[in-house]
Amino acid sequence: MSDKFVVGYDGSVAARRALEFAVARAKAQGGAIVLAHVLEWSPYSFLTPSELEERHMRRREEMERAEEAVLGPVVAELTDSSVSVETVIRYGNIAEMLGKIATETGAVQIIVGREGSSALEARIFGSVAGTLVQTAPVPCTIVP
Amino acid sequence: MNKNIFSAALAAAGLALVGAPAFAQQQAISLDDKVNQIFADSTGWFVGLIFSNFPGTSFPWIVMWLVVGATVFTLYFGFVQFRAVGHAISLVKGDYSDPDDAGEVSHFQALATALSGTVGLGNIAGVAVAVSIGGPGATFWMILAGLMGMASKFTECTLGVKYRNEYPDGRVSGGPMYYLSKGFAERGLPGGKILAVLFSIFCILGALGGGNMFQANQAHQQITGVVGQYPGWITGLVFAGLVFAVIVGGIKSIARVTEKVVPFMGILYVGTALVIIAMNYHLIGWAFGQIFAGAFTGLGVAGGMVGALIQGFKRAAFSNEAGVGSAAIAHSAVKTKEPITEGLVSLLEPFIDTVVICTMTALVIIITQQLVTDPQTGLYLLNEAGNGVKTVGGTSGVGLTSAAFGSAIGWFPYVLALAVVLFAFSTMITWSYYGLKAWTYLFGEGDTKELVFKVIFCVFVVIGAAAQLGPVIDFSDAAIFAMAVVNIIGLYFLMPIVKRELDSYMSRLRSGEIKKFI
Repeated sequence: MSDKFVVGYDGSVAARRALEFAVARAKAQGGAIVLAHVLEWSPYSFLTPSELEERHMRRREEMERAEEAVLGPVVAELTDSSVSVETVIRYGNIAEMLGKIATETGAVQIIVGREGSSALEARIFGSVAGTLVQTAPVPCTIVP
Repeated sequence: MNKNIFSAALAAAGLALVGAPAFAQQQAISLDDKVNQIFADSTGWFVGLIFSNFPGTSFPWIVMWLVVGATVFTLYFGFVQFRAVGHAISLVKGDYSDPDDAGEVSHFQALATALSGTVGLGNIAGVAVAVSIGGPGATFWMILAGLMGMASKFTECTLGVKYRNEYPDGRVSGGPMYYLSKGFAERGLPGGKILAVLFSIFCILGALGGGNMFQANQAHQQITGVVGQYPGWITGLVFAGLVFAVIVGGIKSIARVTEKVVPFMGILYVGTALVIIAMNYHLIGWAFGQIFAGAFTGLGVAGGMVGALIQGFKRAAFSNEAGVGSAAIAHSAVKTKEPITEGLVSLLEPFIDTVVICTMTALVIIITQQLVTDPQTGLYLLNEAGNGVKTVGGTSGVGLTSAAFGSAIGWFPYVLALAVVLFAFSTMITWSYYGLKAWTYLFGEGDTKELVFKVIFCVFVVIGAAAQLGPVIDFSDAAIFAMAVVNIIGLYFLMPIVKRELDSYMSRLRSGEIKKFI
């Protein structure tokens, strides 16, 4: 069985760098890519009544958009290469979900990019990369 | 000598300054008065009908209607509000939520949104009205009504989810108008459609009354308490503008900020109340003594024990809306396969609203001794008008709560003013949605039709802020209780369906068929 690499991908430039890094590793080792897109979501947030009414509809739209606009182009790109790719779209806390996806898919590594935020920002707002390093069940690579 | 002239000149200038706005105010107040008069004249018959007494007594039949309803549901479902609280809490925590449903409406979100529509002025101003008319004893009846109301809420919210509409485009909405029509049809009973139409009419009136005018009115009173008197229609216009921006303009940011700040304000309110109660810990026993004694003797309040009971039940129902049917609209959107789970979650709503928050308000008013007693007899004195207990500052409604908090923590009235304004605003947004759902049930969906309702809603914000408390509160109560009349009739016919769901769910829960996901 080939080694799987979970890549946290949201379409950003940083995520793109992580993807390129992961693809290079996967090619070298004959591994596969798990392209993971997590939509930040908490079941304890507050919504207005009209947001409640539309939630199911919006979720469907968000999933479709993620599939088509974010993950779709990458998958199309990678099918030409020798690397096999599967996609996962989830709702939840980003770092927590990436860890969960790694466990579920039996991946050997999680690879994420990071925005060049300052130490102060990371301290105040928290950062996905930082949380992931603390909580991930498998080794992590942070691509700057 | 010089000094005297100077001060005389100052005084004259001061008088002129005071005089000019006073003159302008007189004209403006007469406009407010006119609005008030027209409003009182045109709604009086409706209020009279809803609050008419049993022949030969001074007991309004509507209060009995709510009490009997809550009692029937409590007994019929075997005290479900006490049996299932633990399970309700784990449902809200998400222990039983399928992780694959992440991103859908959670139990917590449905509960929080429903609460934002109920927690508000009923808890702050309504409770003050209850204790200032019914005395401390009203608190006892209010808590009892809250506990019993949990069963009514359970019944209506289960039905709300069971008979909701799931549209092809993915929107989900429900409420009494749907369970009345669909549920009656399913049971082969006639009249469901008529009840649904009646409910919708009263829901629109309730949205314009308690969900709108009462809120605007009390928000205005609160703002004038801080910045001084000015005409109500000005507050009304500002509020109407903001509401318009959210519900017509679709400016989500305003609603989102409110939805985020309101829960924080709620926690701050309860926290402060607890601090004030703790500061007067030696009076806690006395306060509960007053509550119990007042509940059964009245302690000299107008109307005695019955007066306390009526006020307690009325204000509890107005605050937690159990049996009214409104919350079923908000709870319907939850993602669940078992309608009963949302019913169980909704049990917590009257508990948080009435048993916790309303009781805090009442305790603070009693403990800070805002109600004036006769030192000799220990009985409460009547105010000049003879229709309520005399208060220290002659205040009532939200002013009384503000005075009570202010007597312990000087700056808190400012925070309270902000809280009231925010609560009022969030309640208006929630009720504009309830009203709109009833409106579209009657007239069908469509942008123009919906816009008509939204504009009417905004106009009533202005009327509510300009009118006086008396007529506004009467009309608000009457409209909301009229919803309860229709809704509870429906609940009686549909409760066997809920019973079946409850029994099936509970037996599957016991057998382990329904499992936690964690």
